[in-house]
Formats: sequence, C-alpha cells, structure tokens
Amino acid sequence: MNLYYFASPSTFYPLAGKLIPWFAALAFILMTAGLYISFFVAPTDFQQGEGYRIIFIHVPAAWMSMFIYVVMAFWSAIGLAWNTRLSFVMARALAPTGAMFTFVALWTGAFWGKPMWGAWWVWDARLTSELILLFLYVGVMALQAAIDDPRRSDRAGALLNLVGVINVPIIYFSVKWWNTLHQGSSVSLTRAPSMAQTMLWGMLIMALAAWMYTIAVSLARARSLVLERERQTDWARAVLEGKA
Amino acid sequence: MLKFLFTVIRRDVLLAARRRGDWLTAQFFFVMVVSMFPLGVGPEPGMLRTIGPGVVWVAALLASLLSLERLFADDYRDGTLEQMLLSPYPTTLLTLGKAIAHWIINGIPLLLIAPLLGVQFNLPAEALWILVLSLAIGTPILSLLGSIGAALTLGLRGGGALVTLLIMPLYVPALIFGAGAVEGVLSGTGSEAHLSLLGAFLMMSLLLAPWVSAMALKVSVE
Repeated sequence: MNLYYFASPSTFYPLAGKLIPWFAALAFILMTAGLYISFFVAPTDFQQGEGYRIIFIHVPAAWMSMFIYVVMAFWSAIGLAWNTRLSFVMARALAPTGAMFTFVALWTGAFWGKPMWGAWWVWDARLTSELILLFLYVGVMALQAAIDDPRRSDRAGALLNLVGVINVPIIYFSVKWWNTLHQGSSVSLTRAPSMAQTMLWGMLIMALAAWMYTIAVSLARARSLVLERERQTDWARAVLEGKA
Repeated sequence: MLKFLFTVIRRDVLLAARRRGDWLTAQFFFVMVVSMFPLGVGPEPGMLRTIGPGVVWVAALLASLLSLERLFADDYRDGTLEQMLLSPYPTTLLTLGKAIAHWIINGIPLLLIAPLLGVQFNLPAEALWILVLSLAIGTPILSLLGSIGAALTLGLRGGGALVTLLIMPLYVPALIFGAGAVEGVLSGTGSEAHLSLLGAFLMMSLLLAPWVSAMALKVSVE
C-alpha cells in the first residue's frame, strides 16, 4: 500500500470516519486528566496565586495557534506542488480551528493579564504578533469564502497561506524590535521556566489534548468538505443515501 | 525582456496620466486621512510630533490599498489581461512591471506630499528628510506585496475590502521599520538600523512578490 492510497477522497472518507472517534475519545480523556491535574494536583504558584492556572489553557492554545498555521502551510505547499485535492481540503479544514485557538490564546491571555499586570492588553511583542496571526487566519478564511469556484478558492487560499508563513517570522521580529525600541516594556513574559513538575505535566497533557481535539475536529470538517465536493460521484451518493 | 517590462510600465503610466481623476483620488485620500488626525486628537504640537510619523505611514498604507484594487481589474474586465498572459514573456515580468507602474503612479506622489504633511505635524527638517527616505524605500514594498492581494482577489465581489483584509497584516514590518526610522530621528537613537531593515524587506519583496503574484494571477484567470 502506498501513501497515495489515502489521498483519494473515496478511501479517505471511511478512514477518517473510523479515526475520528478514537481521537475524540483521546482528546476527552487527556483533557479530563489535564484539567484534573491543573486544578487539583498542581500547587498554587507562590507569586501569582491561583490565577496562574489559566496557563493550562492559554499555553497549549498559543502553541496550537502557531503550529496549525505551519501545518496549513505544509498542506498548501503539497497541494500546490502535487495538485492533490485532499491537501487543500486539509488546509481548509484546519483554518477555523487555528483561528479559534488564536482567539482563545488572546482571550485567556487578557484574563491572565488583568490580575497579573493590571491591564487587559499590553502591546507586548508576543501579544501583538498573536493578534496579527489572527488577522492572517481571518484573511485566508475570508479569501476562501469569497471565491465560489472550489479549485480557485483552494489555490488562492494556499498561496496566501504560504506568503503568510514566510511573513510570520519577519512580523514577529519586527514587532519585537518595535517594542523594545519604543518603550521599556514594564512586563515581560519571558520568566525563567522554574515551574513545578506537576505544572509542566499538566500543561503538556493539555497540549496533547489540544492536538487530539484538533485532529478529530479537522478530520470531521475535512470529511464533510470531501463529501460536499464529491457529491456527484457514485461513492458519495451511496454514502448520502445511507448505503455505505 | 526588458523591453516588455518597460512597455508594461509605460502603458500603465500613460493610462493613468490620461485619467487623472482616478489617481488623484488616492492622493487626496492620503492628504485627508492625515489631516483628520489633528482634528481628532487635538492640536497640541508635542503630541502631533509623536504621532506624526505613524499617522503619515498608516495613511500611506491605506492610500496604497485604495488604489490596488484597480491594478489588474481594468485589464481583466476588457480582456487585455488574458492577452498579456498569453504573450511569450514570463508573467513575473508582467506583475513586476505592474507593481513598478503602481509605485510610479501612487508611490512617488506620496513622497512629494509627505513633507508638507510632516510640517503640519510639527516634524523637524531632519525627520522630514528621513520620512521621505523611509517612504521612498517603503512604498515599493506596498506596491509589490499589494500586487499579490490584487491578483488573488481579481474579479471578486467586494474586492477592495478583501484586499485590505489580506494584505494589511503583511504590511506590518514595513510600517514598523518605516515609522520607526522617523521615530528614531526624533528620539535621537538614529534611523540607520530601521532603514537597513526596511531595505532588506524591500529586497525580499522584490524577489518573491512578482513571482507569487504571477502564480496568483494564473490561479485567478484560468
């Protein structure tokens, strides 16, 4: 069996259907365990009190937000290079989840910032580049939504995605220099990670849960996209009529 | 090859020169947006000097975006663009030529108006000079990156607003280094670092943007 076998929509569809419950179950189990550790096992931080516990959601969300954009760019590049329809479907299916995680990271960051810094928002380099990442996600999704022809929509979105991924590091460093040159930032996110073992474990388990959730959700979204696009084929008709 | 490039540039500049109303709109837009800020934040000279470089730069971004929508749209509507794509010359040259023409038509006038607006914002002479220099390096970036957005949104409903959404985040480094250079003069830290980085960003855009927007044009037209 070669790798291209599952690149065909008709084989991908049942495979994804079989995989989704497993990833969803893993996501649920890991999230339950992670949340239990975060709220009941991990000790209270002696500087930040209980408020620090938001990092168990915040940090995995921020990781996923950046990682998903890169994965999207990977699928976009594969799609443009080898003309595989499923790669574009994967890139498109990941975008809303990535945007959601970016938003969650910003939102929980604001919740953390208010008690810790006394401000909902500061123009720190990381915050600003995360905000711009959200704009990049919105741009890709808006472009895909504006084009009716799926082929053009896929390719245009993929190109924008690739331009964005080249730009992300440039944006990050420019924002970083902008921030340090403009004003001495009174708050720094780069504390030495001298956290307790249990805190680290809680965070890692939550990050794994976020991974599993992303896989399950994007596979489910890809599955419906595939079905929508292949609706004129025999296998899709059979699925829709409940025969397969 | 070079002849083709010059022909593309000459044609666009000539078309713009014959329809002056079109390109003057973007220039007056630039002037008006900048003039709105003192009305909004108050006429205090110290504050105007602080926000001046940023305001002029943001207005330049917006003015550039405003005129971008038309970059390929007119040629696309009357079928010229398809003929140009069928020509034996590389599409990259076409998009490069279009971006250069856009800069000549929309970028250079901005450079000439910018010092006047800088005076309104109470900027000292040295900062005015750096403002023009930073815009001279920065506005080609706006045209180059913008050509990607214009190619991607070719012929779509609501193209103008969409271009803004796609391209604005990509303009962030140009804005930061450009406005930062002027800011550097004002605060006495110097502007060389910012101008060098802006120059590096221009080189990268020059290398990649025409190529990407050529691919985008093919995607949009096929």
